Amino acid sequence: MPSVDRPSLSLLAAFGRQFRRHGQALMASLTDVANPLLFFFMVVTLFPLGLGPDPLQLASMAPGILWVVALLASLMVSARMFASDFEDGSLEQMALASHPLSVLALGEVAAHWLATGCLLAVVSPVFAMMLGLPSQGLGVLVLSLLLGTLCLTLIGAVGSALTVSIRRGGLLLSLLIIPLNVPVLIFGTAAVTEAVMGRDPSTWLTLMGALAAGMLALAPLAVGAALRISLDS
Amino acid sequence: MYFESLAAAWHMDGHGSYVWMAYALTTMAVVLMVWLPLARFRRHLRWVSADQLRQAGDSQL
Amino acid sequence: MRGMWAFIHKLGSPPWFFGFSGTLVRWLLPVTVLLLAVGAYWGLLVAPPDFRQGNSYRIIYIHVPAAVVALAGYYVMAIAGAISLIWRIKMADVAMRAAAPVGAVLTAVALVTGAIWGKPTWGAWWVWDARITSMLILLFLYLGVVALFEAYENKTAAAKACAVLTLVGTVNIPIIYKSVDWWYSLHQPASLKFTGESAIDASMLYPLLVMIGAFYLLFAMSMLLNMRAELLWQHRNAHWLRQRLDVS
Repeated sequence: MPSVDRPSLSLLAAFGRQFRRHGQALMASLTDVANPLLFFFMVVTLFPLGLGPDPLQLASMAPGILWVVALLASLMVSARMFASDFEDGSLEQMALASHPLSVLALGEVAAHWLATGCLLAVVSPVFAMMLGLPSQGLGVLVLSLLLGTLCLTLIGAVGSALTVSIRRGGLLLSLLIIPLNVPVLIFGTAAVTEAVMGRDPSTWLTLMGALAAGMLALAPLAVGAALRISLDS
Repeated sequence: MYFESLAAAWHMDGHGSYVWMAYALTTMAVVLMVWLPLARFRRHLRWVSADQLRQAGDSQL
Repeated sequence: MRGMWAFIHKLGSPPWFFGFSGTLVRWLLPVTVLLLAVGAYWGLLVAPPDFRQGNSYRIIYIHVPAAVVALAGYYVMAIAGAISLIWRIKMADVAMRAAAPVGAVLTAVALVTGAIWGKPTWGAWWVWDARITSMLILLFLYLGVVALFEAYENKTAAAKACAVLTLVGTVNIPIIYKSVDWWYSLHQPASLKFTGESAIDASMLYPLLVMIGAFYLLFAMSMLLNMRAELLWQHRNAHWLRQRLDVS
């Protein structure tokens, strides 16, 4: 018989349950998972149309293009990260639970990242080859996107938690998180560019990893605080 | 003073227009930074004194 | 020590702060105007020209102070935000909200003067220089805080949300500045290098220090004026305020 004031689940189990719950919700609507990929695909198509089909020019710009589009795709999906939980009241249940809200929210963020950022990183070589990114950059692109989308998703979670109670918060969200995403973009493009040039990209990947580790430690606290504020307003 | 005449200070060897434009725009910003909150303060002050008059009128009835 | 804590405690009380800030502003206004005038006169007309850039460098006396104080202003906002979150002092909310527009205007001043300085120096109004790009990002950070505050209808929640945002921003600002620096040195074309690490001469340094001081005072004064306007509105029906306004 679990007592009322003692959590009946371990912290890890609570995290896992939140992770599964959010993951199942995402899987239930495949459009939510497919949309960012489709968006990525379409915007990548726009660049050759805007810049011209010259393969050399496209190849030199490919690292920047891919990273900017990844950032925009992550921005697009961040807006809805906590929206359904806020609307159906399950966020309030999470806030009342005996587990820290930041850990429960991190469970959702992890599921969100797996379904959007991680997936995008895995698929990115296809788009990279369409833009003619030299093949020695592909591995670093995937690795930098894996780490980078983790940062983008965590920052997006903070922004989403701050704006979830605001109607039409989408534009506001981009104003809040684009400046914070600048280091991720710089480290990511630098890593891919260095790899394409045949130089060692490990400095930039290390920096990106440090950034991801720092954010993994701090962002959940901000997300928890921001979600409570959104619930109070 | 470094410059020999006011005209030389105005011209600044061709850079005068840039330098004076920067200083003029900054002056405008500085004036706004002081004037806008002061104007807001005075607007609220007028509201309060009007409200005080209203209440004084009510209590006389 | 005890006196300091009593002072900090009094800062949180609206009636006391209202009186104190009124006196402070009355002193700050002439001192700030005097310092700005002295610094501008010194920098514009007395200081010698730079041997490489000629007279266009005189914009440094407003560009650098504006940039320095704009960055410091974000930290002021973050400290106020932390106080608001930890001790739930209402005055900290007012201070944070008051600092945001002042910082945004100073950032804009730094950007505009930087652009004007860029024209004779680099031949273009806008160059993606590391410092200018960092200032642009700082402007976005400030605008984000202002926009977030306006978007919330419940102003207590708005202040708390802005406090969280500024704290996140404060952690990120050094990373952003550093990353923009690296980005710039990675792509830097050699022709744009003009600021060699050279010691600045005293005849040029003193007016700069005067102007930096003046801009700090300007920031403090504009922030105090904003706070007073906000306090007046928040306490417009309070007894202490009505009494004080009757006397004056």
